[in-house]
Amino acid sequence: MNQSLSISEFDTKAVDVDIRNVNLSYGANHVLKGINLHIRPGEFFAFLGPSGCGKTTLLRLIAGFNQADGGEVLVGGRDVSHLPPWKRDVGMVFQSYALWPHMTVKRNVAFGLEERKVPRAEIEKRVAAALELVGLAHLADRRPSQLSGGQQQRVAVARTIAIEPKVLLLDEPLSNLDAKMRVQVRRELRDLQQRLGLTTIFVTHDQEEANTICDRIAVMNDGIVQQVGTPMELYEKPANLFVANFLGTANILPGRVVREGGERFFDIDGGVRLPIPAHVAVPEGAKLVFRPQHASLGKGGQGDVQLPGTVVHSEFLGSTLRYVVKIGVAEVSIDTPFHSGEALHEPGSPVEIGLSLRSALWLAA
Amino acid sequence: MAGATTAGRAHAPSASSKYFRKLSATPGQIALALGIAVFLAFFLIVPVGTVIYVAFTEKGTGEFTLVNFLDFAQTDLFIRSFWNSFYVSAMSVVVASVLALPLAYITTRFEFRGAMLIQTLGFLPLIMPPFVGAVAMLLLFGRNGTVNLLLNDWFGIKIPFMEGLNGVIFVQAVHYFPFILINLSAALRNIDRAMEEAAQNLGSSGFRLFRRIVFPLAMPGYIAGASLVFVKVFDDLATPLLLNVKDMLAPQAYLRVTSIGIADPMGYVISVVLICMSILAMWISARAMRGKDYATVQRGGGGLAKRQMRPWESVLAYGAVLLILLLVLAPHIGLLLLSFATIWSFSPLPDSFTVAHYGRVFGESFVYVKNTLIYASIAGLIDVVLGTAIAYLVLRTKLIGREWLDWAATAALAIPGVVLGIGYLRTFYGVQLPDGTPLATLWIMIVLALAIRRLPYALRACYAALQQISVSLEEAAENLGATKVRTVRRVVLPLMAGGILAGFVTSFATAAVELSATLMLVQSNADAPLAYGLYVFMQSAAGRGPGAALGVIAVLLVALCTFASHLIIEKSQKAKAAGR
Repeated sequence: MNQSLSISEFDTKAVDVDIRNVNLSYGANHVLKGINLHIRPGEFFAFLGPSGCGKTTLLRLIAGFNQADGGEVLVGGRDVSHLPPWKRDVGMVFQSYALWPHMTVKRNVAFGLEERKVPRAEIEKRVAAALELVGLAHLADRRPSQLSGGQQQRVAVARTIAIEPKVLLLDEPLSNLDAKMRVQVRRELRDLQQRLGLTTIFVTHDQEEANTICDRIAVMNDGIVQQVGTPMELYEKPANLFVANFLGTANILPGRVVREGGERFFDIDGGVRLPIPAHVAVPEGAKLVFRPQHASLGKGGQGDVQLPGTVVHSEFLGSTLRYVVKIGVAEVSIDTPFHSGEALHEPGSPVEIGLSLRSALWLAA
Repeated sequence: MAGATTAGRAHAPSASSKYFRKLSATPGQIALALGIAVFLAFFLIVPVGTVIYVAFTEKGTGEFTLVNFLDFAQTDLFIRSFWNSFYVSAMSVVVASVLALPLAYITTRFEFRGAMLIQTLGFLPLIMPPFVGAVAMLLLFGRNGTVNLLLNDWFGIKIPFMEGLNGVIFVQAVHYFPFILINLSAALRNIDRAMEEAAQNLGSSGFRLFRRIVFPLAMPGYIAGASLVFVKVFDDLATPLLLNVKDMLAPQAYLRVTSIGIADPMGYVISVVLICMSILAMWISARAMRGKDYATVQRGGGGLAKRQMRPWESVLAYGAVLLILLLVLAPHIGLLLLSFATIWSFSPLPDSFTVAHYGRVFGESFVYVKNTLIYASIAGLIDVVLGTAIAYLVLRTKLIGREWLDWAATAALAIPGVVLGIGYLRTFYGVQLPDGTPLATLWIMIVLALAIRRLPYALRACYAALQQISVSLEEAAENLGATKVRTVRRVVLPLMAGGILAGFVTSFATAAVELSATLMLVQSNADAPLAYGLYVFMQSAAGRGPGAALGVIAVLLVALCTFASHLIIEKSQKAKAAGR
């Protein structure tokens, strides 16, 4: 891809997107519940969540394909809530790419410019530049059906950026590609977005995709934004159980807080008790959450609390051994580094677990 | 079911199969293929070949000659007939499009109450022979029909809906427009919603969006339907005859053969012209479709976005739909009125009503109904047996030349009914049974002609059904110890059942109202099917009442059978879906 030449063709002044108190219902089904988000200029932003969480609905709402029941969407400070899709200047790449089969690649890319009554010579130039940018200039006269999935995806991107949209929306753009292409294309997308400096919103249900290419992520569930942050913030400081569970593996120990003689303890369901450090705030109804690497079998490190448990089974993952251990009524995963020649803990054998409470979190639902 | 025995024959005992491995198929499969080939050769290829042969040879000597075609080109009547046929077919496509476009567009693009009902009602004209509707249309739209009488009373004008070629065009368009409606609706529904949204996203809307995206994507479906209408109208025999239009090609072929005799070469020349026009129309449609499989619904797709209509749009849409439905159902309404009418002439509505016609039909003419049920059932059965066998041979074996069976069976599409009828007469009239009766006069010939005519449709249904069954389902059965025959019986046929039934119904319903081929072959009233009986009744003014009653019975019969099978298919599909 020869970008440095053609990038100058694109007039990209990054704008922000402001979503204010957006609500949307389909009949009795409340799909979006008071969404507030601010996406900064030039940011690569992800809507991440399980299917049915409302992320695609929100994206389509920004594009104008859904109408909010209340609230507004501002693009670059302009309220677009009541504009039809064709007047919004937000480019969307569809999950199915939606390339028109009756047009060549070139005609597909030229479409948006023709609709804008751009002069013919200018269209030629900008189509060539857009195709150059995604490295498909040599396929301009092919039909979409003659292209591979990865190439089709790039045509879809070229078609969208050719109109120099204010914002780029990507609806699960990688979901129709095989695993290997996915890794390659997501790097290309990130690369392209960086070069264009274009505010981009990316919808995905795959946390790895979101983590690897996005600046910030909004984790959504049940029509509500659960948390907004960088990938690392979300992993290290999840705001609630859903976020902790959705990003990476989380062990969750249910129980309740009890006070005895001025000290607080956490009684894990099933009869195991551990002390709560004095300075830690524990919200009402919280559960103890920790990652598999924050606990170990045996004595553990300095300051770790000790919990009794029983090995349920073990999995060999290469560099680590993952034990599933029963503590009280809950089963937790614990990763330990694998050393060759090390004896495995047999299923059913009792073990001591060392848990670093500094890394653990107390989270409510 | 009958298909089971056919498929059963397809497989040889495993002991002997070893010796035949070189032949790339089991002896049973080869025998089956040969059997089908012989059937198609006898009842399709030889008769049609005979027609073409006669057209190109000199009468009496049998030498090759083009003089017959020269005669054709130099006879004013034939040239006029050719252009009349062409004009009527083309105009029928235009009028049918005018009827179909709004219905297809409104029901697929908007939130529209009763969209299903409209699509169903849209089918109705197809299950009544067009010539039956022609009589009703005369009474409603003719010079002294209901509409013109009222127009004359109110405004002092008359519109020549039914004069000459206009009448043929009007009747044919009303009858065949469902082909365009069905194909166009399917094409519109198969466009992925994202196709339209992508265009909106890039700044397109309104009529430009329709012109640049929706219309081109629906085009292949439209062309498929339009070319079908063109061919059907070009080949139709009974409608022009009944409207007393004789200078069109298909009626000319019939009249030459029936009035001058089966030795006269002009009937055969016209037949060859008819075949050529059919092939030409299909070729054009195939070319237009090539590389344009625009069925673009993908994962998460779901057809075009349906829009809510604004109030004034609603009024307009409902008005248009109602008007069109009234028009296309006019033949049915007229027929129903006629079947209960004592006298209906020079008045907007019948003078009074009676059930006497039905009494007469049940008394005298029930033989037509019985014959039709027998003929159409046997024809449908032959079609699904052949269709299933050919589909299986083509899709599941490596038999050399298996595609030829498919091509031969599909070639029947290009053979007009009147041509097949003439071919049967010529080929089988000389063949005599031991008691001296010509083979061509047996009623089974009618059945075979119907079966050959409907085979392409049944074959497509069987194909589609078999294609949807993953080969791994059969491999799983074989892996668990089922032989090929048992696999076909226990896995393939049950899964195909819905498709086979659909094929049977298509064949049955259309064979029940077919006339062009049978008009040639019916020798006595006792052997005649419903459509023939209708034709005889409708030719005389006195026969129109009973004819209409018979027509109503025919429509109800076909509608009932279609509806019943629709229920069965739906039920079996639900059962399958639940089992998943």
